[in-house]
Amino acid sequence: MIKESLREGNIRIPSGCAISGIFNKNGERVDGSQIIKSIRVMHDRSNGLGGGFAGYGIYPEYKQYYALHIFYDGLDAKHDCEKFLEEHFDIIDLAKIPTRKVASITDEPLIWRYFVTPLPSKLSSSHLDEKEYTGQCVNHINTDITGAFVVSSGKNMGVFKAVGYPEDVGEFYKLDEYAAYSWTAHGRYPTNTPGWWGGAHPFAFLDFTVVHNGEISSYDANRRFIEMFGYKCTLLTDTEVITYIIDYLVRKQGLTLEETAHVIAAPFWTSISAMDDERKAQFEYLRKQYAELLITGPFSILLGFDGGLMALNDRLKLRSMVAAEKGDTTYFASEESAIRVIQPDLDRVWSPAGGEPVIVRLTNPNEL
Amino acid sequence: MSFAVSIRRENFYMLPQDYVAPEFEVIRNQDRCIACRVCERQCSNEVHHYDADKGIMLSDESKCVCCHRCVSLCPVHALKIVKSDHTFRPNANWSGQTITEIYKQASTGAALLSSMGNPVDLPVYWDHILINASQVTNPSIDPLREPMETKVSLGKRPEKITRNADGTLVTKMPPHIDLTTPIMFSAMSYGSISYNAHESLARAATKLGICYNTGEGGLHKDFYKYGPNTIVQVASGRFGVHKDFLMAGCAIEIKMGQGAKPGIGGHLPGAKITGSVSATRMIPEGTDAISPAPHHDIYSIEDLRQLVYSLKEATGYTKPVIVKIAAVHNVAAIASGIARSGADIIAIDGFRGGTGAAPTRIRDNVGIPIELALASVDQRLRDEGMDGKEPPPDFLPPGGG
Repeated sequence: MIKESLREGNIRIPSGCAISGIFNKNGERVDGSQIIKSIRVMHDRSNGLGGGFAGYGIYPEYKQYYALHIFYDGLDAKHDCEKFLEEHFDIIDLAKIPTRKVASITDEPLIWRYFVTPLPSKLSSSHLDEKEYTGQCVNHINTDITGAFVVSSGKNMGVFKAVGYPEDVGEFYKLDEYAAYSWTAHGRYPTNTPGWWGGAHPFAFLDFTVVHNGEISSYDANRRFIEMFGYKCTLLTDTEVITYIIDYLVRKQGLTLEETAHVIAAPFWTSISAMDDERKAQFEYLRKQYAELLITGPFSILLGFDGGLMALNDRLKLRSMVAAEKGDTTYFASEESAIRVIQPDLDRVWSPAGGEPVIVRLTNPNEL
Repeated sequence: MSFAVSIRRENFYMLPQDYVAPEFEVIRNQDRCIACRVCERQCSNEVHHYDADKGIMLSDESKCVCCHRCVSLCPVHALKIVKSDHTFRPNANWSGQTITEIYKQASTGAALLSSMGNPVDLPVYWDHILINASQVTNPSIDPLREPMETKVSLGKRPEKITRNADGTLVTKMPPHIDLTTPIMFSAMSYGSISYNAHESLARAATKLGICYNTGEGGLHKDFYKYGPNTIVQVASGRFGVHKDFLMAGCAIEIKMGQGAKPGIGGHLPGAKITGSVSATRMIPEGTDAISPAPHHDIYSIEDLRQLVYSLKEATGYTKPVIVKIAAVHNVAAIASGIARSGADIIAIDGFRGGTGAAPTRIRDNVGIPIELALASVDQRLRDEGMDGKEPPPDFLPPGGG
């Protein structure tokens, strides 16, 4: 049992890490064994104190429902949380998330998943769209229901994470039995204390998931700003604040992913002043309008979302990130070796420039 | 440096009980002194004189203000100024300083006035922040390789983005002040400081890409050319305020208060209102320039809103409007009111701010540190969701009925 004062949320825990991602443009789904093999190669970038995966397209039979993955410290938390869910959602299906025993994964919480949809009457009287409604309910569970933590809350996707090496975590959650068109993975190397299951990456909010390698220096400036818009940074991790910033800019402010990248990894003023007038005006506007959301310090993120994946480095490229393509599949990883081990024969390999987003999307999202 | 200036009758015989021992003593190394009389010529207070009978330089320490001009100009470095060790009976409550100020006040019947900032040994919280910018990451970043941008843009921002028909972002924003680095020069009026001092500030601000502030004395015509780096001030006396003045600067500051003297107005003696000071301020020569404590057209927060918009209308909404207040115990509530008044920027002046003339008691004992004021204003505005210029969203989970 982790000492309460050392849990994420009570103390700030920076970390260095490993990330990996696989995305198929045609929506062809593969099982989790590949992503596990990829992250295993980067074993030494982790220290066994956190690992996790996000998979998109894993619940095709329930694709119109929100898939809530939830950790419970005990049965009381489960009971309180389910009562809340019943009051706000139609619960279509629920089950323990199947796991297999792995020696190195211990102290597991109760791990459940629910396929839900907002209760129509509650939804209409709230005057919110269903995403905002679900988001607010998730925030309520995470902040006000003790012992319950919503790990992921998107449709037809899910996050699987734990304290342990990522390859062991993947084994634990039987990811070889799921099929996804987009996988991301993360291995954690926290520099302070033992992590807690909820603090591992990815961090998820609705359909956004973020895996992150880095340590942002703008954390508190970002947090103080984003918390004014209803977000509560309870985990005190970089990944959490980055996810909320992206959710705010994309879902609430209506920016495109490219524009979002130009806010959080904005070019230097000297670079902007050398641009042509139209681009200069756009970049200046974004930097001034969202000055507090510039993220400084090393970061290298993979943002998963419904139908796509975005890779982004900080503008100085202070963390590694390699991208590669083979046919309809795009790969991202902290190291080229992690890509070659699952696909030795690549059409193209490159290192994206600092601040330049690489965005891949499904060619036919509706055919999923 | 600070010194008390009291109003006293010149050339009047001083009663023994009115004698105030000089604060400083002039120490001259007579072995070095060559009686070149440079100190005598250079001292504006006529401290030094040559005694022909004795053939040496003598000094009248009662006139010394410790400016060091004679010390630095003496070719043989024969001079130094020391704090007098003439002592009052030690008493932590009744210090020599306090007793002396009481004597001065009693002998003249006038209130003591002081300039400059609060000299008292009170905490400076900034001094307790012991961190190098490069330490914020682990391991530390390389200051030679990884630049730290200091450019800052101050002003209002639109609440929501809007797009053109072709999908590109609409980039028009309300007017801003762009600074290369987040430092500006404080407001010091023309009249409290000289023409040359203003020119120096204007040139320095222009060269550095930051701003200086005209203070409440208007803007001399010769300095309009530095307009892009000038913040023009509209204070309670409205000195020098006219349309061209408002359009000349890059921003307009409404001075509601001043950190050195919260709740107190200003008073520049008529003796200083001469020539171009008078012309710039638009008041007759020799009249006292009195700035009342409140603006007499701002008796409530809604009146402030009216002035903010009058200024915006007069300038065609092309200049950001700053409202400057003193750091006091209720600064958070005041700032909250200003945030809703249409102002673009809130400026807070801490208790150590400078002044041309303020009652000594007020300068030394009223106001709060800027660090505390800033923290409480920031917290209040964030709690109210004002920093993001958006009303706080509903935090409660939906349902309940």
